[in-house]
Amino acid sequence: MRYLFRPPATEAAALLSLPWEQPLAEWDPALLLDVPQRGISRHVVRFVAAEGAVFALKEIAEPLARKEYALLGEFVEEGLPAVSVLGICIDRPDDQEAILVTRYLEYSMSYRHVFSSPRSQYSTSKLLDTMVVLLVRLHLAGVFWGDCSLSNTLFRPDADGLQAYLVDAETVERRPELSAGMRRYDVDLARERVGAELLDLQFGELLSPEIDPIAVAESLPGRYEALWDAVTREEVFRRDEQRYRVAERLQWINELGFDAGEIELVHTPEGARLRVQTRVSEPGQHRRELFRLTGLEVQENQARRLLNDLRSYRAWLEQEGGAPVPETVAGHRWMSEVYLPVVQAVPRHLAGRVAPAQLFHEVLEHRWFLSEQAGRDVGTTAALRSYLDSELPRTPAELTTPAVLAGGPEPAS
Amino acid sequence: MASIEMKNIVKKYGDGFPAVNDVSLDIADGEFMILVGPSGCGKSTLLRMIVGLEDITSGDMVIGGTRVNDKAPRDRNLSMVFQNYALYPHMSVYENIAFPLRLAKTSDAEVDKLVKEAADVLELHEHLERKPANLSGGQRQRVAMGRAIVRQAEAFLFDEPLSNLDAKLRGQMRTEIARLQRRLGITTVYVTHDQTEAMTLGDRVCVLRKGSIQQVASPRELYEQPVNLFVAGFIGSPPMNFLPATVQGSTLETPFGSIELDEKRAAAVAGHDLLLVGIRPEYFEDASLVDEAKKHVGTTFTAKVDVTEWLGDQQYAYIPYEAPEAIRTQLRDLSRELDAEELRTQAIVSIDSTSRIREGREAEFWLDTRKVHVFDPESGINLTRDAEAGAELTRMATEDREEQVAGAAGGLTGGTPGSGSTAA
Repeated sequence: MRYLFRPPATEAAALLSLPWEQPLAEWDPALLLDVPQRGISRHVVRFVAAEGAVFALKEIAEPLARKEYALLGEFVEEGLPAVSVLGICIDRPDDQEAILVTRYLEYSMSYRHVFSSPRSQYSTSKLLDTMVVLLVRLHLAGVFWGDCSLSNTLFRPDADGLQAYLVDAETVERRPELSAGMRRYDVDLARERVGAELLDLQFGELLSPEIDPIAVAESLPGRYEALWDAVTREEVFRRDEQRYRVAERLQWINELGFDAGEIELVHTPEGARLRVQTRVSEPGQHRRELFRLTGLEVQENQARRLLNDLRSYRAWLEQEGGAPVPETVAGHRWMSEVYLPVVQAVPRHLAGRVAPAQLFHEVLEHRWFLSEQAGRDVGTTAALRSYLDSELPRTPAELTTPAVLAGGPEPAS
Repeated sequence: MASIEMKNIVKKYGDGFPAVNDVSLDIADGEFMILVGPSGCGKSTLLRMIVGLEDITSGDMVIGGTRVNDKAPRDRNLSMVFQNYALYPHMSVYENIAFPLRLAKTSDAEVDKLVKEAADVLELHEHLERKPANLSGGQRQRVAMGRAIVRQAEAFLFDEPLSNLDAKLRGQMRTEIARLQRRLGITTVYVTHDQTEAMTLGDRVCVLRKGSIQQVASPRELYEQPVNLFVAGFIGSPPMNFLPATVQGSTLETPFGSIELDEKRAAAVAGHDLLLVGIRPEYFEDASLVDEAKKHVGTTFTAKVDVTEWLGDQQYAYIPYEAPEAIRTQLRDLSRELDAEELRTQAIVSIDSTSRIREGREAEFWLDTRKVHVFDPESGINLTRDAEAGAELTRMATEDREEQVAGAAGGLTGGTPGSGSTAA
């Protein structure tokens, strides 16, 4: 047997003692972690925990495993939202298929959860839009998915929004640029898969009654086209308006979560023709900033929220002390005086249901809500107590992230 | 259902390299066409141009009489079968087949009719109310086929569908696909790199090499009348043997002795210095087991056997031979191009399983010289190909197919529910 993994992969060593020579379906349940609410897979998929981290193991044919290993590695390097791959095990005895090992995406939810819980805070519309953003991102990066479905997507809360991740790259093909046919094929397939997956939930009486699978599926191509058009279309406008029109367009693209790579402006008799080459870079400006100041690794919208809080804390410190406070000092103090006291206040039995940064965001939201009701600022301490008493317990226990189920510490993100 | 016509199809990528180069191919309504060749031959690209995944650089793609170059994949109404199918655990087998129709808002009566017809053809009737969890591997694949059937697509397309299955399921599915296609009479294009799949499944097989068609013919014509060295070497397992030869009058001198050519073939090879003789393994026999009455249609020679392989019902002997450097290089290049591993300077000879020929000893072999082909090593052209005899083989295959399609017509579509089973 051979194991291939990319350093740094210190976790890989902890996995080496697993019984790789046995068919995955026959592994001793004591070695496995039961992860509820997963999607549908054509393959045998199992979960294991090692050194506080959780891994997904998938048995697939070796050429597919090698391909997926390479692609997922590329995706993560380029900042495309995909699960992170650890490695593969090949040349298993008796011509068994290879096993692909990916890191479990902590605090992620499958569509089954999102669509099944009637009080889900995420609307169907938001979920579809998140998925469409993922598909557009992949397409801009020249990735033909070939198997876009809810089962192959994981969702992670990111402040007020959601972020979607690609989970399965078995059928992916990479091109310098995708043909319109490939994009449409992906969208058609997504439409059909989403429809079928929701119908399946309906047959299993797991779908909220207000959701119509067919209508939801049918709305997907239109949402995709609208976003694709927004980030890629060529525009023609008068020369005298070009300055603000270009700025407007770029801002709009940024707001949609994309970056402009190159801007081409051609003057023609009809006016200025603007072509924007949209790039998918990881929306990372706030993430990087927060990491620099606090060492926290969180998602982009969460980072924006946390940075805002950090900045107002710094302003308060300066006001109190009557002297400027360097941002690194402010970052350090905010961590120990504001952030950690909140996230460490979660009682053990509620741990792991919400990612720490998300929890912090939700406490801030709750504080705003309570303050508005009370007509005055209730303060973080009171908001935290109320949140832990009444809000957090409403997040279902089945959403507890597997690393915590496995007895590990709460992963940061 | 529809015919698929390709006219001068070219596919060039950004670097200007033609992945598909001037391909013209007519696939008849109801025909099972195989696109086969080693990796990089353009077969998958061609299929994807039919589906609409790849833009067509130039040429016309015509499906059912309509040019589809600019049509979106969905509007071409083709069905990619088993492409990453998923089975939905809460839905019955019935609903697992029906859901494309549900999404298209087809009426319940129509859904019921189409699903039941498909279930008949697929022999899934008794499983319709079950959940898919307890189906066997083969039955799961049949559910995937059921979905393709109820869509009433113009054609079925398969892109190496069996390459990731284990050997047992692969064999089973091959039979299943062949049976189903004959029964439905639906136009089918099937891409594979596996010549066994190509030979066993197709009405006709299109052999591609570096983006160009080499030959389109029935499996038997490809086997017996290949146009060139490439096709001759690609089709057949174990592969055709290629021996170096020189010609004097009507006699070929080979490492295995002289071969007499008839007048027609002698004329075709005249004027060449060095030639390659192509001999299928089964044209050889252990000379001691050949009927005296038959011996005169071939030649007898003695050679030392390197290895024998006895497989119960058949037996192979491996006979090394000498070849000039030019020929060795040629054969090495050919094996590389065919994705084959062996360098062919040993002949693989099929002998009767009762033969007592033993390894490491000299033995006497007989060679039926009537069917050998002679190739020009430079151009690879088969100098002795009998185009008429080849065409006759393909004509026979076409007649067989037309009979089957006629038998299937009305069996599935437009027939009363249940009548599908009478079409077999």
